[in-house]
Amino acid sequence: MSTEVVQQYETAKADSNWGLLSWFASVDHKRIGLLYMLLAVFFLVIGGVEALLIRVQLAVPNNTFLSPQFFNQLFTMHGTTMVFLVGMPVFTGFANYLIPLMIGAKDVAFPRLNAMSFWMLPFGAVLLYWSFLTGSAPDAGWFSYAPLSTKPYSSLPGVDYWIISLAVMGIGSVAGAINIAATVICCRAPGMSLQRVPLFVWIMLMQAILILITIPPLNSALAMLLIDRWLGAAFFEPARGGSALLWQHFFWMFGHPEVYVFALPAFAMVSEVIPVFSRKPIYGYAFVAGSSSVIVLLSYGVWAHHMFAVGLGMGANIFFAAATLLIAIPTGIKIFNWTATLWGGSIRCTTAMLFAIAFLVQFVVGGLTGIMFATVPIDWQLTDTYFVVAHFHYVLIGGIVFALFAATYYWFPKITGKMLDERLGKIQFWLWVIGFNGTFGVQHFLGFMGMPRRVYTYADHPGWATLNAISSVSAFFMAAGTLVLVWNVISSLLRGSTAGANPWDAFTLEWFTTSPPPVENFESLPEIKSRRPVWDANHPEQADWKTSTTPADNGHRPDKAKTSAWAFVVSEAIFFILLLVAYVVFNARVEDASGPTSETALNVLRTGIFSVFLLSSSVSFWLAERHLSRGDTTGFRKYLAMTILLGVVFLVGQAIEYNELIQDGVTINRNLFASTFFTVTGFHGLHVTGGLVALSIMLLMARKGYLTPKRSKVFGAIGVYWHFVDVVWIAVFTIIYLGFLQ
Amino acid sequence: MSDLPVLQPESPQAQAMYEVFMQVVWISAAIFFIVTGLIVIAIIRGRKRTELPKQDFGNHRREIFWMVGPVLVVLWLLAISTKLILTMNAVPKVHPPRDAKADEELTVVAHQWWWEIIYNGSGITSANEIHIPTNKQIRVKLRSADVVHCFWVPQLARKMDVIPGRDNYIWLEAAKPGVYQGLCSEYCGTQHAWMNFKVYAHSPEEYEAWLTDQSAQPSDSASADAAAGKQLFFSYTCVNCHTIRGTEATASIGPDLTNIALRKELGGGVLENSPENLARWLKNPQEFKPGSKMPDFNLTDKQVKQLVAYLDSLK
Repeated sequence: MSTEVVQQYETAKADSNWGLLSWFASVDHKRIGLLYMLLAVFFLVIGGVEALLIRVQLAVPNNTFLSPQFFNQLFTMHGTTMVFLVGMPVFTGFANYLIPLMIGAKDVAFPRLNAMSFWMLPFGAVLLYWSFLTGSAPDAGWFSYAPLSTKPYSSLPGVDYWIISLAVMGIGSVAGAINIAATVICCRAPGMSLQRVPLFVWIMLMQAILILITIPPLNSALAMLLIDRWLGAAFFEPARGGSALLWQHFFWMFGHPEVYVFALPAFAMVSEVIPVFSRKPIYGYAFVAGSSSVIVLLSYGVWAHHMFAVGLGMGANIFFAAATLLIAIPTGIKIFNWTATLWGGSIRCTTAMLFAIAFLVQFVVGGLTGIMFATVPIDWQLTDTYFVVAHFHYVLIGGIVFALFAATYYWFPKITGKMLDERLGKIQFWLWVIGFNGTFGVQHFLGFMGMPRRVYTYADHPGWATLNAISSVSAFFMAAGTLVLVWNVISSLLRGSTAGANPWDAFTLEWFTTSPPPVENFESLPEIKSRRPVWDANHPEQADWKTSTTPADNGHRPDKAKTSAWAFVVSEAIFFILLLVAYVVFNARVEDASGPTSETALNVLRTGIFSVFLLSSSVSFWLAERHLSRGDTTGFRKYLAMTILLGVVFLVGQAIEYNELIQDGVTINRNLFASTFFTVTGFHGLHVTGGLVALSIMLLMARKGYLTPKRSKVFGAIGVYWHFVDVVWIAVFTIIYLGFLQ
Repeated sequence: MSDLPVLQPESPQAQAMYEVFMQVVWISAAIFFIVTGLIVIAIIRGRKRTELPKQDFGNHRREIFWMVGPVLVVLWLLAISTKLILTMNAVPKVHPPRDAKADEELTVVAHQWWWEIIYNGSGITSANEIHIPTNKQIRVKLRSADVVHCFWVPQLARKMDVIPGRDNYIWLEAAKPGVYQGLCSEYCGTQHAWMNFKVYAHSPEEYEAWLTDQSAQPSDSASADAAAGKQLFFSYTCVNCHTIRGTEATASIGPDLTNIALRKELGGGVLENSPENLARWLKNPQEFKPGSKMPDFNLTDKQVKQLVAYLDSLK
């Protein structure tokens, strides 16, 4: 079997004839998945070096190894890199590589979109790191709290690079998440019902949904900060009426769910690794899957637990404490299920399993300190100290990175066809266990000693020097462990033992095909009658469908174009909701306003008339769609052209309105009303313009005879977006022009 | 500073938080040892097993039974946090102190990167040092002159962010005389690390004596050096940023220098205050606190000596 594997790999390469260049042009989900992973590993090293520099600076008190400016840039870049260039890509990479294989698909739903999503990342990464060459890397922290991040306090362009690169990478993340969601929902093989997908697939679907709803708050905050910095608005400048806290709210509405964007894939990975090496199915599949969905829902209601120290009202403190504590329950259920899976299993302590077990123990530590922070009075003491640093590194490294290593050792044979060396693997494991716990374990005590985060140096208080030295030295154990892994990967690729299709006696479909899988993924698929089709095939006498039945697949697969359009619209809706929230917050008390307000500046009647044009374009679109599905292409083109015309008329109306306002001196930097007005209506106008471009392309395609009734679903997907833009306008008109909610 | 200030409360408020903390630590430790114990047992037993184990898919009743424990823990933690949120001082503005006095006695203004301390009603303004009498709840108003900071004295009170455009309030109280370390606990820019302060709690009598000392007008410069230094101070740009009470220097970009000679530290904790250190600081502040708003004036050694003599006479 192994020779055959290598041959296929060679064929795939030979087909393209471009050698290394073919990687740039590839739309194969496996190659794109690998590109994601390699990019993440590259930046893991960069972010790791940044962390080591930080630890060297902090190893002794009153150190002058780094300047404060450079130290601040380093911790800003360390956080930003680890979140956006390691955490986001590495899990998207695994999802890309594994999900189509696990559900028996040939590729993701939209291979070209997939390539675009990936290539946004290096683009964003270059933007971010380019800032070093300008001499002013961002230094306002990965959270960029306003007003420190506004122009008066960060006049150099570092923060601008930070904003733009995050926005660019955000586009890639949202597009990638839409793709993953559409793949899982629409591209499953026959028999693979949603109740039968591997837990990895289910949890990654939840993660994709979470990305869709969690990136928009960041985008709206970034847009507003950029408008502050470039166009002179003052959303986040209290000296000019803005709000420092609004940034914190928006940022953490993104920032906290983001933690679950990382935690869910780790859960997904160990939910595959632990059962296979216990040689048992996961205990309580439904509870593990369901608790993941509950976490997605709850994670959206806990952001303000990052803000217990800002002086929120008592009601808010209690609400967010309760919501945060609630998350402990679904998380606890998972811990129980993984432990119960181990219980009574026949355990094989491979390197992958060791990392999964260490994940379990260390994640419990991080979870418990998390519960401490949910207990508000403890947060009032320990937030923004090294206790927090210890807490979230136990979650992010002790939990999530360890799960990633488990996944690496587990799936490496599938991806490369070679086994990783177990002896080197165990050396890496122990180096990481010692290094990680040494580095971050002592930081709990530094927190008790009152050491704050983000300080570039510290006075020689009793005990601080010793613990910081231990922490810094231990960090190098992790670096050494990483070198062992790199060596292991290289030597295994060169002369590792051949893996075969299923070296672990694993359960899920990716192990049914060769290692590495051929371009088309599968030559044939086994019959899928349970959650573990490969187990069923290899252990027919104990097949799952005999003992544990799952509902049969009804074969229903929604249209992928419309599914992705809905996913996109949900994401965009949150973006607009937050911009409208900002409008309402800043315009709630009209009587205190100085300068123009919605009442004095806006011509409601005229805009109302232009709104009718926009809204009737929805009707004409609907008529166009009906004509297309009936096969009446002339009628279709007529109504499509009318839709475009109506949209253009609306934009002309907006242009007239803007022109008049600007003539009257109502510009975006005039006051908070003007800033919020132009931001909301401007983004809406951009969306109308985007829709018009899409519709014009459709019109061209219709004239070339490409749009047939068979392809009307693609057209319908654009319709979802177009109707959405109209619905947004109804909300904008009601709130801004009619003064609803004021 | 004590070794573990977070765990060594010296006020009723800090004590209450400490008690909640210790409860949660014990609960967490118990959970950790139970879970880890189960995992270790499962692994030890599982490694001996070589045959294919029973394929167990789970049990709904057991799952729900297991949930009872976490639910109870969560409810208990919520109860104890809520109690403290309601009774302590989530929002001191709406919680009158035990010995109610409506106006705040202290206003603390956070600057990049120092603390301005205003003793309301007494005309005293100082920097990076807060003096309070013991066993009295002092209402402190927290304002920011620029970005977000955070006011934290671990042994005495909860931390509270200092947010521009929004006044926050906190109760400060010390059970016994002593010196308590305070610091800025929210990243606020280049010199966030050196934005420390100290709270000096005095017995009521000592506090009165301190107040009298501070209120007295600094005597006029005695020595020739000091007189020359005074001349320098007012001819250079020092007055653009600093205040010396009773003189024409009234700016508040940098710390108020009235009675600077009585202070224990310079530059937010970066140096101890002594004539030698003050000289080093004046010679090149950027060496000790790079990024600080105090520029290097390229003063000659003689000028430094004169300025130190003048500043040292301010007490």
